[in-house]
Amino acid sequence: MCPDDSWQSTASLDALRERAKLLSFVRQFFDARDVLEVETPVMARHGVSDIHIDSVSVDTRPAPCFSGGQCFLQTSPEYHMKRLLACGSGAIYQVFRGFRDGERGPRHNPEFSLLEWYRPGFDDHALMDEVGELVSGWLGIVVPERVPYRRLFLDTLDVDPMLADVKSLRRLAGEAAGDAGFAADLDRDACLDILMTHCIEPALRSRPAVFVHDYPASQAALARTRIVDGFPVAHRFELYLSGVEICNGYWELTDVAEQRRRFVADNRARRLAGKVEMPIDENLMAALDSGLPDCAGVALGLDRLLMCGLKKKAISDVMAFPIERA
Amino acid sequence: MASYSTNEFRSGLKVLLDGDPCTILENEFVKPGKGQAFNRVRLRNLNNNRVWDRTFKSGETLEGADVVEQEMEYLYTDGEFWHFMVTDGSFEQYPADEKAVSDSLKWLKEQDVYTVTLYNGAPLSVSPPNFVELEVVDTDPGMKGDTAQGGTKPATLSTGAVVSVPLFIVIGEMLKVDTRSGEYVSRVKS
Repeated sequence: MCPDDSWQSTASLDALRERAKLLSFVRQFFDARDVLEVETPVMARHGVSDIHIDSVSVDTRPAPCFSGGQCFLQTSPEYHMKRLLACGSGAIYQVFRGFRDGERGPRHNPEFSLLEWYRPGFDDHALMDEVGELVSGWLGIVVPERVPYRRLFLDTLDVDPMLADVKSLRRLAGEAAGDAGFAADLDRDACLDILMTHCIEPALRSRPAVFVHDYPASQAALARTRIVDGFPVAHRFELYLSGVEICNGYWELTDVAEQRRRFVADNRARRLAGKVEMPIDENLMAALDSGLPDCAGVALGLDRLLMCGLKKKAISDVMAFPIERA
Repeated sequence: MASYSTNEFRSGLKVLLDGDPCTILENEFVKPGKGQAFNRVRLRNLNNNRVWDRTFKSGETLEGADVVEQEMEYLYTDGEFWHFMVTDGSFEQYPADEKAVSDSLKWLKEQDVYTVTLYNGAPLSVSPPNFVELEVVDTDPGMKGDTAQGGTKPATLSTGAVVSVPLFIVIGEMLKVDTRSGEYVSRVKS
């Protein structure tokens, strides 16, 4: 497209019609399962503490019952939806516009569409069943296979992500990055991320749908953990469609003390990386304290699901106006 | 020179990597959902023309490289250097060494205009135009009747380049040649 066309949509009208169809498919899917659609704030006083996710910060003016000041566009509706679960909402879902600062690439736009849902009484495998039904129902593909994270690394790279020492992980990551010195200061998880994006994802391209599960506990985020074959793993899963990461789900952590420890650890990591710390959302803590029902939750990228269905290589092919045209 | 962050890497940007001037070909942002962000960058090393695939942490910076491309007319060679003159009327001249002209040596014709890439003010490489017109200085005699189709034969051009030409081509003819493929295109009517 030449620069003069920049007022136009980057997605075709057919792609936009497909987007509308997907939204109605999603609503019917959850209606039929008695999952309640909810809406929660896009702008809030607290943002996510995850070191690798940056919230967009906005300034607000005071209002009669609000002091104003810094707010954050939410990177996902997770905190608010968990508060609703603690209120006794039961199963809930949301089609949400999430924001992540600085993320723009073939699969990223700073503003994007998320489908997030929570299922009380489900564990990670029961939720994988449901994600599989939704995705294979929409795309008309086979039910996804399931592969533990460790098995995937062993089969694809002959590397044991639980046992390999950080030195050999750095060497492998350096090779994958095309620069031996590149990974010298990376930690285990960053090395594993490089191997995931550079070596595993390309190997997954030939497989239509794969759930990767049982992530190393160090990558648990908000999932509960357990011991498998002597190694701590997280009840966390991701779905890859032809090598494209589509969703991220957890059997949710409900232990408020453990949750607080992880937030504190996040902030320590943020401080060390020279990033601003994110104050702990005490409303979320209070909700967890009052009791989050045993549940599993997942966030699924709707833009990417559309990309997969339409066999598009760029997120801009399925959204009307990516950030540079917004 | 200014330095550039990974999010400013655009196709065509010239940067210094491991001491070599490079041009950026592609820059892809990658980030696993809960992981660190990286940029996978494809660059061409302008010193040796090799393509590099390198990964950078998002936000990392590289120094810009003082690389400019200029149209210049080829003047002559003294055996050691090939001399070019800027075509903007300044008459400024630049000597290019053998390394810089090696890729285009067989297409260099005096008074033709070439694109010279300057790195820190010195010629780094010389690219010929896509098409050049050169005279045939040697080839087997043409055979009557071989006008339309049929085989080909080698022909040596005035610059020393050898191209495959139709059988009807004779010594002294001017040929149009595609420098990208090294293939004969047509005869030039004079």
